[in-house]
Amino acid sequence: MSLASEPAAQPSRKSKSSLSRWGSPALGLLLPLGLAVGWELAVRAGWSNGRLVPPPSVIYATFAELAKTGELQRHAAATLARVVSGFGIGVIVGTVLGAITGYSMLVRRFIDPSLQALRAIPSIAWVPLFILWLGIFEASKVTLIAVGVFFPVYLGVMAAVMSVDRKIVEVGRAFRLSGFKMVRRILLPAVLPAYITALRSGLGLGWMFVVAAEFMGASEGLGFLLVDGQQLGKPAQIVAAIVAFALIGKVTDWLIVGISTPFLRWEDRFKSPAAQD
Amino acid sequence: MLTLEHVGKTYSNGVHALADINFSVGPGEIVAIVGGSGCGKSTLLRAISGLDTPSTGRVVLDGEAVMQPHEKIGIIFQEPRLLPWLSVAGNVGFGLEDRPKAERDARVAEALTRVGLSDKAGVWPRELSGGQAQRVAIARALVPRPEVLLLDEPFSALDAFTRVDLQDHLLSLWADTKPTLILVTHDVDEAVVLADRIMVMKPRPGRIFDEIQADLPRPRDRQSSAFDRVRRHVMAALDRSLSRSGHNSNAETDPSGAALWW
Repeated sequence: MSLASEPAAQPSRKSKSSLSRWGSPALGLLLPLGLAVGWELAVRAGWSNGRLVPPPSVIYATFAELAKTGELQRHAAATLARVVSGFGIGVIVGTVLGAITGYSMLVRRFIDPSLQALRAIPSIAWVPLFILWLGIFEASKVTLIAVGVFFPVYLGVMAAVMSVDRKIVEVGRAFRLSGFKMVRRILLPAVLPAYITALRSGLGLGWMFVVAAEFMGASEGLGFLLVDGQQLGKPAQIVAAIVAFALIGKVTDWLIVGISTPFLRWEDRFKSPAAQD
Repeated sequence: MLTLEHVGKTYSNGVHALADINFSVGPGEIVAIVGGSGCGKSTLLRAISGLDTPSTGRVVLDGEAVMQPHEKIGIIFQEPRLLPWLSVAGNVGFGLEDRPKAERDARVAEALTRVGLSDKAGVWPRELSGGQAQRVAIARALVPRPEVLLLDEPFSALDAFTRVDLQDHLLSLWADTKPTLILVTHDVDEAVVLADRIMVMKPRPGRIFDEIQADLPRPRDRQSSAFDRVRRHVMAALDRSLSRSGHNSNAETDPSGAALWW
């Protein structure tokens, strides 16, 4: 049975590679899990009452309670709706203006300095003005989020369009592409990787600004849960809302990555996408 | 028939790149353009391709002035310039977008077989070697069946073995449909191997300095004495084109400079 040695050699190699594949995420989980378990044990052992820093079991119970009554879903849906509309508006305006300023030097010289000046203003500073202009309800919140999303998308698209390789554009010209065909067949695929990155940073800022928007007075939303938890002295509710933010934020980011990955398989990257995430 | 009539080019920054260039290239003819660095040979090729327009004169293909990239004119650049988001087959078929899919697939497959890369149809350009990528670029330019194919130092970035291999390959592809080839090169051997006629350019401003017939039988033997004779002839013309004793010379005189024409 000399053949047996070969199949026998393969599983060991396979298990080695699966070890290195799972080894690094497991290593990353060690620290937070260790801290959580340690804190839980510390509270159980009575070394701390855990009132201001609730142990994981209490957070989980609060989370489950909020989810059971439907409170969590209601607040999460309100927050998600704000982020989605603000993100949508910010992305559309940022993409259009970024593409135009990236393409036309004249327009760039005309509007980019003003936009850069506006960008220097911390966006939260707009809040009083937005409330005066748009009232205390949804419009001012969505506007604030849209402003936050706009700048990274605008900058990313402008930089991406400006840095499209002239030589690649020339290939398009040599094949007599112009106008819409040039955009669809050359410019759009060329800027896609940078565009996805811009969308992801925009989304991150969108999640940041929704909290600020909900702090300024909201009757529902995960940000309301945070304020409510602070005012009523319920730290577990605050942490539960933070966990919900983290989960939903990560899921929306995954959505962008997941939808774009099939279009970016061609990228010649230093590290493969699988190894990066 | 491709004709250049008094073609000149002055860039907006005042650089006088080309002055009064006149020549004709017949169907199926292979013309090489050689010259020192900065003599305007690439500018000339870009003017023929329609990517740049001449400031004076015009380029005429079959009685029609070329003002912008033309469907009968293909171009191969110094770098492969493949589109990284398209597979090899997608790159080769790039100029056939408006054809039915069946015809496109058949022509792409045929072209890939012809350049010896049919097994690479589905891979991304990043996975190709330099020589393979340039073969894909050649296939991409040939697949729309241009009447005129322009080559801008197409093999200069490749190693010597790959270069000789691709020169032979180009000739065999040329023999399929016999398009007009206009090749810019700074490699004299390459010019003598490929061309029927060799134009030597003189710089500042770029103009045609000499025209040398290379009517050697094909396939050409790089070691033959006839080959060597043409090569010496071209070398001598190049040296003279760069001779520092010219009437407009203000450059420093360097006794060995003539041999450093590239």
